[in-house]
Amino acid sequence: MERIPILRMGQFLLVTIQVDMHDRLAVQLQDDLTEKISECSSRGVLIDISTLEIVDSFIGRMLANIAAMARVLDAETVVVGMQPAVAITLVELGMSLTGVRTALNVETGMELLYELRGDFHSENGG
Amino acid sequence: MSKLPEMINKNKEEIRSDWLKQMSTAVRRADLMSNEELESQSRELMDAIASGAKSGDVTNLDGPAWAQARDTLSAISVSRAKQGFSTSETATFVLSLKQPIFNAVRRENGSDPAALFDDIWKSTQLVDKLALITADAFQESREKFIARQQEELMELSTPVVKLWDGILALPIIGTLDSARTQVVMESLLQAVVQTNSRVAIIDITGVPTVDTLVAQHLLKTITAARLMGADCIISGVRPQIAQTIVHLGIDLAGVITKAKLSDAFALALQRTGQMVTKINGDSSKKTLLRREE
Repeated sequence: MERIPILRMGQFLLVTIQVDMHDRLAVQLQDDLTEKISECSSRGVLIDISTLEIVDSFIGRMLANIAAMARVLDAETVVVGMQPAVAITLVELGMSLTGVRTALNVETGMELLYELRGDFHSENGG
Repeated sequence: MSKLPEMINKNKEEIRSDWLKQMSTAVRRADLMSNEELESQSRELMDAIASGAKSGDVTNLDGPAWAQARDTLSAISVSRAKQGFSTSETATFVLSLKQPIFNAVRRENGSDPAALFDDIWKSTQLVDKLALITADAFQESREKFIARQQEELMELSTPVVKLWDGILALPIIGTLDSARTQVVMESLLQAVVQTNSRVAIIDITGVPTVDTLVAQHLLKTITAARLMGADCIISGVRPQIAQTIVHLGIDLAGVITKAKLSDAFALALQRTGQMVTKINGDSSKKTLLRREE
């Protein structure tokens, strides 16, 4: 069964969704991610959905759920790279993902994560 | 059985010449249309009416027999709408057909008042319906014209401007409706992606009124931009609009609003970690961009 890879980057986890999201995959990701957060005691999750072209209310709710679960496990979630069409669809579906933080791309998303954790500006910059 | 249909066919030419003769100069509008064109239009229409009348039914024009007449009338109305005729002039063109037909009816039924009345009533109905078709087609072509203009206007009036590095501005002029919001939203989100902007300023100085619907549209746009990772600031809120928003009970909590575009721009610079400073002692009053540490 295919899975979405979860990469560990220091204290953060990086998830890039590069395949079509179907419902089972979404549930699987939810399981894997919560597992991984507690395993690595991660403090932030960055989900890159820049290649995601189709969303429905289930995927939208899943994103919101992941963010809520991560928060319970003391990790911040940032969703980055949402495409215009996806954003419009979610708004039309009435899902504003209020609990989820967003950023334009991975770079700004990482910056936001560092900022949220109140740590040094970044590891290599400064 | 009414003799009107066959009477129209028999007297086609007479009715037509009578019609052209008594068409007043006001209806002719020689300045907009040549005599030859009028001639050909009237011939075309009269032929179409005669062929429609052959079906024997002159009171119901919805059938296939009258299709040619309907098409001809629509074509005439559309061309007249383009040439600049007024609605009443176009309708009068058809309505002036009444008297010639009445004259023909009187010639045919002069001795029989009952048949005369019957035919006159039928021909009145016929011409009225023809005139209604004309007016409808005229209206429709005008409406299409307006719709096209609106579309063009909509595309013209929703520019997205890049104000500074990472800052977009979206001056909205005119009322926001659903269709327009869609265009605004799409062009804003597209620009956010292209320019990698973190802050977008929506300036509503040019929006005449803000009601609950407009506010809802604005909130949708802002939510969509937030989902992509861009913050929105609303600027150009006039005092009256601020009052309306409060009186309507519109909840703009969570949205940053500023009275002036300049205030919004200052905040946007701050958000993106940039500042604009004056160079002291320099003869040129240039501004300098400096990235904050």
